[in-house]
Formats: sequence, C-alpha cells, structure tokens
Amino acid sequence: MGMTMTQKILAVHAGLDTVTAGQLIEADLDLVLGNDITSPVAIHEMDKMTVKTVFDKDKVALVMDHFIPNKDIKSAEHCKCVREFACKHDITNYFDVGQMGIEHALLPEQGLTVAGDVIIGADSHTCTYGALGAFSTGVGSTDMAAGMATGKAWFKVPSAIKFNIIGKPSKWVSGKDVILHIIGMIGVDGALYKSMEFVGEGLSNLSMDDRFTIANMAIEAGGKNGIFPVDDKAIAYMEEHSKRPYKVYEADADAEYEEEYTIDLSTLEPTIAFPHLPENTKTISEIKEDIVIDQAVIGSCTNGRIDDLRCAAEILKGQKVKKNVRCIVIPATQSIYLQAMEEGLLKIFIEAGAVVSTPTCGPCLGGYMGILAEGERCISTTNRNFVGRMGHVDSEVYLASPAIAAASAITGKISAPAELGL
Amino acid sequence: MNAKGTVFKYGDNVDTDVIIPARYLNSSDPAELATHCMEDIDKEFINKVNKGDIMVANKNFGCGSSREHAPIAIKAAGISCVIAETFARIFYRNSINIGLPIIECPEAAKAIESGDEVEIDFDSGVIKDITKGTSYQGQAFPPFMQKIIKAEGLVNYINNK
Ligand code: SF4
Repeated sequence: MGMTMTQKILAVHAGLDTVTAGQLIEADLDLVLGNDITSPVAIHEMDKMTVKTVFDKDKVALVMDHFIPNKDIKSAEHCKCVREFACKHDITNYFDVGQMGIEHALLPEQGLTVAGDVIIGADSHTCTYGALGAFSTGVGSTDMAAGMATGKAWFKVPSAIKFNIIGKPSKWVSGKDVILHIIGMIGVDGALYKSMEFVGEGLSNLSMDDRFTIANMAIEAGGKNGIFPVDDKAIAYMEEHSKRPYKVYEADADAEYEEEYTIDLSTLEPTIAFPHLPENTKTISEIKEDIVIDQAVIGSCTNGRIDDLRCAAEILKGQKVKKNVRCIVIPATQSIYLQAMEEGLLKIFIEAGAVVSTPTCGPCLGGYMGILAEGERCISTTNRNFVGRMGHVDSEVYLASPAIAAASAITGKISAPAELGL
Repeated sequence: MNAKGTVFKYGDNVDTDVIIPARYLNSSDPAELATHCMEDIDKEFINKVNKGDIMVANKNFGCGSSREHAPIAIKAAGISCVIAETFARIFYRNSINIGLPIIECPEAAKAIESGDEVEIDFDSGVIKDITKGTSYQGQAFPPFMQKIIKAEGLVNYINNK
C-alpha cells in the first residue's frame, strides 16, 4: 500500500522503509521549538534528566514572543529562565526582543524549517511549517524537554484527508477564507489525529503566505498536521530564506485517504468565523445584520505576514478608521516590520488612525496590547475565537482575513471591501 | 506487562477540565491532584478506586486544554490503564510521556461496562473482559513505548538509557 506525503517523511525519519496509519514510531527531529510560555516548563523537566546537554544546539529554537517585551514581572521571570538556559547551552537560535518575531512566522523566514523536515514545537500552531512541505506538529512540555535532550520524539503515524484545490480565488479571497471554509465544512474535530494534505492545480494561485495561513489553522480542525506539495513557489521561498538542504517528498499514487474533498477557489467568498468556535462560519453575503465592532486586530502567526499587511494597507490607504474603533496592526517579525516600513505601509496605517505594534502574540491569546472589556467585539485575523480568548468572558472575537478586518475597521461593522467601492 | 482491575466507565468527550478542574492546578503534587480526579462528573470515583483499576470511555477522551496534570491525576489515583474509542491527540502523548498506559479499542470501549473485571496484556494488546467472558484486540505497544511505560515516563526512560 502506498504512503501519504506525511507518512513518507515520518518513515525516513524513523529509519523505516514503510509505515502505516496507526503505527507507533520513534523519529529523529530536525528542530525542537519552544516559546516564552512553554519553554520554562520544559526546561524544568529537563532539569530532572541525567542528560544535561541539548542534542544539538543548532536544532533547538527558543522564541520569546507571547508576552514580550515583558508585560509583567511573571513574564519577565519566564524570559529570564529561558535566556539563562539559552546562554548556558549556547543555543544558536534563541530569539529575544530585537531579533524575535512570532515563532511560526519567524522560523520559516529564518530558514530554520524546510521541506522534508520533522519538527516538534511546544505550541499547537507548530503545524504552520507544513506550507513548505515539512512534517510539523504541536506537543506538550515533556515532549519538548525530551526532544531537546535526545533529538527524538515518538509519533502515531496519522491517516490523512486529501483536499484537492482547484480554480482561482477572486480579488479579496485569501488563504484565511480557504481554511475557514474548510473548518466550517468539516468541524473543529473533523481532522482529529489526521494529516490534512493539500494538492491540486489551484495551489499555484495561492502565495506562500496564503499557504502558511492555511497550514497554521490545521490544528483548528483537530489536525495533527497540514502539508503542501513542494512546488516552484515553495522552492523559491526556501532558496531565498534558507541555506539548509531541503528534501522533496510526494505522496504515492496509491496512497490511502480517509476522505477527499474538492475545493474550488473561484466559488469561495470572504468567510468569517463567529463566536465561539472557528467552525461557526458564515460567508460575508450570509451576514444580513450589522455586526458593530469595537476593535480590529491585524496580525498573529496566522495573518501577520507581508502579504497580509499589503492587503490591509491597500484597503486602509487614504481612509480613516471609524471613530470609537481601535485598529491594531502587528507585523509578525522584525523583518516584516522593516519591509512594511520601506514599502510605506506603516505610514498608511498610522495616517488611517491605526496603531502599529512591535511583533508580539499580544492580544491573540488575551495577553496584552488590546484586551477586550465586557461586551466588546473584535474582528481579528487571529485563529481562535474561544470564550474569553481575547479578554473578558463576555467579549466576542470574529475571525476573518486581513481584507475583512481592514474594511471593518473603516466602517465600524463587519464589512467586505466592496462596501468601500473596492 | 499486564494490568488487571475493576472498570470505571465514562462517556464521550471527557475533557481535561473534568479530569482535573483548573481550580486545583496551583498544585503539581500528583497525590493531591489525584484527590480531585474526576470529581466534577463522578464524586465517588476517588473513594471507590483501588490501585490497578481501569478507566474506560468512549470518544475523544482528554479533549480540551493540554495540561499534563490530567493524566498525572488519573495515574496517581491508581488507574493502571485507560481504554477509549479515541483519545484527544495531546492527551494521548502526555499520558504515554508520564507513564500512564492508554489503549484505543473502539469495540472494547463500547462493550465494557462499569464494574466489569478486565485484564490487559500490553505485549499483545489483548483486552479480556473476565466478567463477560469476551476478548478484544487492541493495539500492542511497540517495545520502545513499553519501555517508557515501564520506566514510569519519558524522563526516566531517557535517564535509564
Ligand atoms: S499569535 Fe496567537 S496563535 Fe500564534 S503563536 Fe502567538 S498566541 Fe499562539
């Protein structure tokens, strides 16, 4: 029986000729990731181990992104713990204030993740690197500790769902709409344990930033990972960003899929997930009532990349954010920030009345930099709209693309760019 | 390796909040966590459970927050194995990593009832319901995973290597 793309990568990293769904394996890791929240716990676990060194100081990435620059004393203590660990073990890829970005935007940009890799991260959105054709998945703190110490992790080989992408999306439809559409269709546990493998000619119409957004939210459908074929766009991205050799794997022609779906991009509309689950989706034309907002957030590991900022700027250019709406723009990494500055995007945001923040997770997980009060409503390009995710338990988060978030910031209610004549 | 004991049976989507409520997470002492295990859906559990007993549940056991405290509480309560139709992914990992054996077996999970005497052979994956006289084939743990469980968790397993 043939193997899926994910299964092939896992087999090679486990030193096996073939693997089948459900099989338990131990695989070599190319990268182990942690952030300022999860790394301190893993470091504490590692202290209990007799192994006192990391398996490879170049293959551990520690990214301070959730609560930095330190929002309070507790977060300062966490970062201090990680900083000391990074110094002691001479960790090459330690990213602190000034070099950091949101982990899942930063690592591909730094060239630390390439096609064919097996990557674990103590953060559920580690699945993002599937956009480049890597196997990557989120784990707990003990896994991260063990991964840092041994360079290995155990996995249950996943079965897969195939998404055949065809067609070309219309102007204001992006990767976010594709993944929200899929989650709305299969539900928040629709891909539990499984790989979401994206294939098809329509992928050529999706940029790398679109693909990062899609792979990022595989976890929101319960998926173990999301993965894309390695095409010219992916190769060009890796050649621009990475010095590491990449390896291209393809699914066998007779690989087995538990389910198959065809998504025609030309039929998709801007899609919004209503509170309090990412599966509660509606297309923009299905929204009949006015949904008045208090805040718009454009950023996060899902949608804080340069394409996202360009799209938001195209809409905000020469416009004003509605009175009484706070519009918060957060470039995901320092280099995206710099590029946005050079392209004049930051000027557009500031002139429109938005604020631009240093890279941080900030409001995405209700950390800081835009917490919601009771009864407030936010349109956000982030990935989770659970109860209380961005602040008060009685606040609401609507998930959408940067285009919708920017247009809504101008009108003060959930809106499509078409309402602005765009 | 074997496990044998009396079954405590639960339904679908038992989440980590009911396994160990967030209000007790200010402790990381396994014995203390165990005293609150399952209390929001089964107050009697902790009084009735004996060392070696077995937990059986239906779909998506351990969903929700990724807290490692959940499998720690179950294990410290004396449970020797959890059988379910399916487990939430991160709970599954965390259980193995702290040395709590768990087995997916939809047939067994559906048929076994509270109070049944059940015996599990981890080498073969065979689950025997002694009370009902039935047996089921669950997935056997591969050798390295058996070693993790024997070592009482991933940290010890790595230390022993
Ligand atoms: S931006 Fe949000 S989802 Fe992404 S890593 Fe940060 S907190 Fe997690």
